[in-house]
Amino acid sequence: MLGLEKKDTSLLIIVAILTMCAPFILNPFPADSAMAQFNAGYPDLMQRFVIFGIFAIGFNILFGLTGYLSFGHAAFLGIGSYSAVWMFKLLGYNILPGIFLSVITSGLFALLIGYISLRRSGIYFSILTLAFAQMSFALAYSVLTPLTNGETGLQVYNSDPQYFHSDAMPNIPHLFGQEMQSTYTLDAGAWSFDFNTGYYLCALIMLGMFYIAIRIFRSPFGLMLKAIKTNQTRLNYTGLNPRPYTLAAFVISGMYAGLAGGLMASMDPLAGAERMQWTASGEVVLMTILGGAGTLIGPVLGAGFIKYFENIFSKINDTVLHQWFAFLPDGIEDFLIAIVHPFVGKGWHLTLGLMFMAIVIFLPGGLVEGGQKIASKFRGKKAKDDAPAASDTTPAE
Amino acid sequence: MGILEIKNVGKRFGGLQALSDVNLSVAENTVHAIIGPNGAGKSTLLNCLVGKLIPDTGSVTFQGQSLLGRKPHEINQMGVSRVFQTPEIFAELTVFENVMIPCFAARDGSFKLNALNAVRGQNDIKETAEAILEDVKMLDKRHMTASSMSRGDKRRLEMAMCLVQEPKLLLLDEPTAGMARADTNNTIDLLKEIKEKRDITMAIIEHDMHVVFSLAERITVLAQGTPLVEETPENIKGHPKVREAYLGEAQV
Repeated sequence: MLGLEKKDTSLLIIVAILTMCAPFILNPFPADSAMAQFNAGYPDLMQRFVIFGIFAIGFNILFGLTGYLSFGHAAFLGIGSYSAVWMFKLLGYNILPGIFLSVITSGLFALLIGYISLRRSGIYFSILTLAFAQMSFALAYSVLTPLTNGETGLQVYNSDPQYFHSDAMPNIPHLFGQEMQSTYTLDAGAWSFDFNTGYYLCALIMLGMFYIAIRIFRSPFGLMLKAIKTNQTRLNYTGLNPRPYTLAAFVISGMYAGLAGGLMASMDPLAGAERMQWTASGEVVLMTILGGAGTLIGPVLGAGFIKYFENIFSKINDTVLHQWFAFLPDGIEDFLIAIVHPFVGKGWHLTLGLMFMAIVIFLPGGLVEGGQKIASKFRGKKAKDDAPAASDTTPAE
Repeated sequence: MGILEIKNVGKRFGGLQALSDVNLSVAENTVHAIIGPNGAGKSTLLNCLVGKLIPDTGSVTFQGQSLLGRKPHEINQMGVSRVFQTPEIFAELTVFENVMIPCFAARDGSFKLNALNAVRGQNDIKETAEAILEDVKMLDKRHMTASSMSRGDKRRLEMAMCLVQEPKLLLLDEPTAGMARADTNNTIDLLKEIKEKRDITMAIIEHDMHVVFSLAERITVLAQGTPLVEETPENIKGHPKVREAYLGEAQV
C-alpha cells in the first residue's frame, strides 16, 4: 500500500492508530483517582509528543542513517519557530504560511551550516554543528534583538500589521478558522478525554512525515546513506560522492526540525531563544538513541518516553509522595520519601539519566531492541512466564 | 599506446623517495602484474592511479585523459575500479545491498536524489546484481550481512562489486593476500573466467608468484621506487636483475 512493503505498512497503520487514539491511550486512569497523576492525555503534552516525534524522526534521518551526529539541530527548531511567529505578525494567525516558511528557512540555514560542517566528519562535525547552534542562540538572544525580540521572546502584538487578519477570524493561531486551542472534552463515567484540534493537526502531519521517512529509508538514496555510515572509502571507490548525499540528508533533517519548530509556534505563538540552546539539541540526540537510532519507530518512542518523564515525573512533589506513603509508619515514611525525593520533581533528570545509562549499556539498540528481545522471547518459549513484558512501552508515542 | 600510461611519475614522503621516474604502459585487454619486494612502492603507485595520492612529478593518463587531480569517485566513474588489500565492503549491509550500490553508481552517476523511489522497484538493478552474484557463486548468501562472512567470501564480494560496474580497468591490490590455497586457486579461476568473458584490463599487485605466473601476460618488477624490468612471465623467471632484486630471496 502507498508504495510500502507489507511490514512497513503495518507499522504505519499501528502508529496511525496509536496517534489517533492517543487521547484514550494516554488517559487510562479515572480523572479523580490517585493514579490520575500518571495521565498524559492533556492537549499540551500530547502536542509536544508528536512535535518532538517529528523532530526526532528528522534527526534520525541524519544520525540513524549516515551516522553523522549533529549537536546543533535545535538551531533549526528555533529558526522554524521564529519564522512562523513572523508570519503571524505580518500576515495573520493562519498557521499555513508560518509552517511553510519555517520549513523553507530552516532548510536554507541547514544548507549553509551543512555545507560548512560536512567538510569534517566524526567528532569535528559534531563540534562544528554545536558551534553553529550556539552562535545562533547567542545571535537570537542578543545581537539580533530586532528580529528575535531577545530575552523576551518573539510574540504577536496588537500593533502588528497582520495584513490578512479580519475580525471574523479568531485572534489565536488557527487553520482557516479552526482554532488550534479548541478542545472537546468527552466525559465517560469517571474518565475524561480531551480531543484537541492542534493535537490532531500535528498528529496528521507527523504521520505524513513518518511516511516520508519510511520511503527515504527504503529508497536507493537511503541505501547510500547507510553505505556512508558503514564504509566511506568503498563508497568513494565505487564512484559515489558522499558529500551531496550527506548534505541532502542534513537539509532534510533540518527541514523536519524547522517543521517541528513551526508547529510548536503554531500551538503557542511564542518563540524564545532558549529553544535553540545546546541542551535542546542534546535532548533530541537522547530521544533518538533512547528509542533506537537507525530504526523507524525508535525516535518516536524515544521522544514520547522523554517528554512523558519530563512532564509526569517532574510533577511528583513531596506532597504527592506523602500521599503515596501515608499508610506507612511515620519514621519509615519519611525515610522512604527522603530516598525517593531526589529522583522525582525537580530531580527527574536524575531518573532520566539513570534510565538512559541503563538503556545504553544493556540495550544499545534502544527501546526498539528491548521490544524485539521481548518479542523473540515470547516467540521462542511461548508458555514461559510473562513477568517483565509490556512495561517499557508505556508512552506509546 | 596503452589504456593506462604512467610517465615519469615521482612521489616523495618527507625524506623518502617512494617513487622516482616510473614509466609504465598497460596495454588494453591484458593482465599486467606489478611485483617487487616490500617497500618497493607498489601500493604508492596504485594510490597515485586512483586519486588517493597526487604524484609530485609526471603524468598518469587513462584512455588519453589525465587522472591527476581527479577525486577517487570521478576516476571510478571513468571506468577504473579497485580491489583493496583488506576487503573494503559495506560490512553492516547485506551481500545483495553491497552489490546493488555499485549498480546504482554505474546507472545514476555519483549523486542522485531518488529519495522517494523504492529500492524494490528497481528490477534492472536487481537482475544485474543477481547475475554477478551468480557469477561469483554467492547468490545463496545474498541475505547474509557482509561482516559475518569469511575473508575469502568478502574478497569475492568486493570483486563482484567492482565487476558489476563493468570497469575498463580493474586494479587489484594483492587480491589473494591471506587466502588459503584453495581460495587462491578459486580467485585465479574467477579472474581468468572474467578475462575470457569481457573486455577488461587488469593491473595486479601481488606477492604470490603462483598467482602472478598463472595470470599475468606482462610483468613489471619494481624495486626501490623504480621499474627494473618489464617482460613476459617466461623471460622474468630467469632474468638476472630480477633474481638479484627479488626472486633471489623469494625462491620460486
